[in-house]
Amino acid sequence: MKLRTIILASAATVAMGNAALAEDLTIVSWGGAYSASQDNAYHQPFMAENPDVTIINDESSNEAVAKLRAMSETGNVTWDIVDVEGPDSQRLCDEGLAMEIDLNEWTKAAPDGTPAVEDFGDAVINDCFIPQIVFSTTFGYRSDVAAWNGKEPTELCDIFDTETFPGKRALEKRPKKNLEWALICDGVAKEDLYDVLSTPEGVDRALAKLDTIKDDIIWWSAGAETPQLLADGEIVMGSTYNGRLFSVIAEQDQPVKMLWDWQVFDYDGWVIPAGLPDDKLALVKEYIMFATDTQRLADQAKYISYGPARASSQPLVGDHAELGIPMAPHMPTNPANMGNYLVNNILWWADNQDDVEQKFQAWLAQ
Amino acid sequence: MAEQQILTGEGKPLKQALRKALRREKMRSLLLIAPLLAFVLVAFIAPIGDMLFRSVENNIVADTLPKTTAALRDWDPAEGQLPDEAAYEALYDDLTVAVEKKIHTRLGSRLNYEQAGMSSLFRKAGRTVRNIEPGSPDIKAQLIESDKDWGDLDTWAILKMYSPAYTPGYFLNAVDAEMGPDGIGMKPENERIYLFLFGRTLMLSIIITCSCLVLGYPISYLLSHLPLSRANLLMVLVLLPFWTSLLVRTSAWKVLLQQQGVINDLLVWSGIVDNAGRLVMINNATGTIIAMTHILLPFMILPLYSVMKTISPTYVRAARSLGATSWTAFWRIYFPQSVPGIGAGAVLVFILSIGYYITPELVGGTSGIFISNRIAYHISSSLNWGLAAALGTLLLVVVMFMFVLYDKIVGIDNVKLG
Repeated sequence: MKLRTIILASAATVAMGNAALAEDLTIVSWGGAYSASQDNAYHQPFMAENPDVTIINDESSNEAVAKLRAMSETGNVTWDIVDVEGPDSQRLCDEGLAMEIDLNEWTKAAPDGTPAVEDFGDAVINDCFIPQIVFSTTFGYRSDVAAWNGKEPTELCDIFDTETFPGKRALEKRPKKNLEWALICDGVAKEDLYDVLSTPEGVDRALAKLDTIKDDIIWWSAGAETPQLLADGEIVMGSTYNGRLFSVIAEQDQPVKMLWDWQVFDYDGWVIPAGLPDDKLALVKEYIMFATDTQRLADQAKYISYGPARASSQPLVGDHAELGIPMAPHMPTNPANMGNYLVNNILWWADNQDDVEQKFQAWLAQ
Repeated sequence: MAEQQILTGEGKPLKQALRKALRREKMRSLLLIAPLLAFVLVAFIAPIGDMLFRSVENNIVADTLPKTTAALRDWDPAEGQLPDEAAYEALYDDLTVAVEKKIHTRLGSRLNYEQAGMSSLFRKAGRTVRNIEPGSPDIKAQLIESDKDWGDLDTWAILKMYSPAYTPGYFLNAVDAEMGPDGIGMKPENERIYLFLFGRTLMLSIIITCSCLVLGYPISYLLSHLPLSRANLLMVLVLLPFWTSLLVRTSAWKVLLQQQGVINDLLVWSGIVDNAGRLVMINNATGTIIAMTHILLPFMILPLYSVMKTISPTYVRAARSLGATSWTAFWRIYFPQSVPGIGAGAVLVFILSIGYYITPELVGGTSGIFISNRIAYHISSSLNWGLAAALGTLLLVVVMFMFVLYDKIVGIDNVKLG
């Protein structure tokens, strides 16, 4: 009897001790090659320094806004750190679903002493956003399509040319970027783009342009789908994030090429869900401090072709960790890739997404 | 008349003792099923009820803008006058609180379901109220100056229309109608999708049920007429896919059916179609029909088989001996006896397919998706839970209606699972 009590008591002590030591950190991101680069550059080194912390990867960033809204509505937030695109961070911040932070307090200064806010520069787009990378959405195409008779697409609007370039195209199942591209190929000038889109006729005009290729579109909702479909030969061209295309071209050696024309720049970074308990917040802060310093941000670029958001990280970007090829030519910000480009208009999309999404979804279903 | 009471050994009236014993018995059996009852109540009825309730619930306007709602009580948009200064002041007060709590954008999203532009109006207003001095005169002019929509009668009409705690708005949306300032009307042509999707869901479900029947009937017939050992072996072939994960089977169809897939490769290799004319069998309704027929086939075969097992072969033999041809013997003797199996299989397959979601999502593209895919979209992406609940309620009603219709035509007694 006594012995049993002692065993039980000591077991309980051990269990409680472990509970106090071991901590889980749920980090939500985009999956695929991108999550792998974060795992290599941030998660593994962080866990090596903090053996009692376990990082759990969740690949739900695609639905981050919806899920965080649902979580806050039910009062049960199970995420600790979320990786989102700029416009989503704006929405989360506006709705009070993401925590407002002081970037200088949450991230380290650059090695030369430049304060974080200055070092991040333009990437600081709102009070909730902790920038990580600059990426772009652009097109990839197969370089071995027999039906094209040796021609290859050279500009964005070739997407709409099903005569010269027959075959299926993959586009994202969201209006963002698709509408801009459609209008550009319908003859709208870059500076008039959002003025035109702000009118109901402008959205209709963009949808009418997309209508011309609607039967040839396969719609994707996860960034990894286009590379997969390209590798299968199921599509001949498709939009996705430039890092995914890099991975299918350089790492998997598929007959795929990039089309940089009218690439759309975006920032991606962390947000912290509002309402985390204090002890969790301390760990989250520690992680953010670690994962956003100059060296770590440069490290991520060794695994995927996204530009680090810190100015001080740029000179540190070197060769690919495994392939040994220089990463600079594959960065969206490389001057050779920046002939025509757009920068995602975060404020416009935050204001108008609800309306446009409704129209787009109705158009899609018809 | 004094009643002669029968007493038990302990001197109590027998009737009373008996009733007590029976009650105890009843309580005991109730206790046995109590966990199940509690489980069904807590895990099934309550959440579904709560979800369905969202299809009419509309507290968000009154909760976010309490003073404005009160100020608009006596205002009638039909008079064609904008609300007075007091209403604008109330709105300013409400918005200041809402912006502080960061809930004004949610209200904007909610009202945007009813009228385009409301979402951005409230987002902008959130920024505006920070710049307006509290207590400054002529709030009305300042608000209208920040966004001319605040000077639009329709904006206020929508606000007033949606201030009650309950709304038919979601149900109207679910049938492609809307409640505007001029009353209820259909939505513009290019925004009507739900009735069309309901129609498609019904149509495809009927096609899937029919193709399951056409494929499943001969197989069940064969299974029920083979010697037991061989029938069991074949039965494993029916059950094996049934036990395989739904996602695995759906993905397998993706590999098989895509344009660079196995089936197209075979067709090109054998020269039936040429390389340029590869068939498009996936990411459309065809893909949905093929994959769902395969997935739901066991639900047709199993009830058919178990009913056919019980049909005695002597009837058919007797018919034959009386001079019937094999077709007549089948059609007039065997088939009617298998109808209960068809009924059970058809009801199972139809009701399962009408609510199917994951397979159409993966292989249906845009032309092969069901109404449930829109429900899922509104639950997890657009977060219009009210509309999702209204669509779900309508789907439930359609299923109930089909069930009653089926009972009228075939008779629910004719359904047998074995």
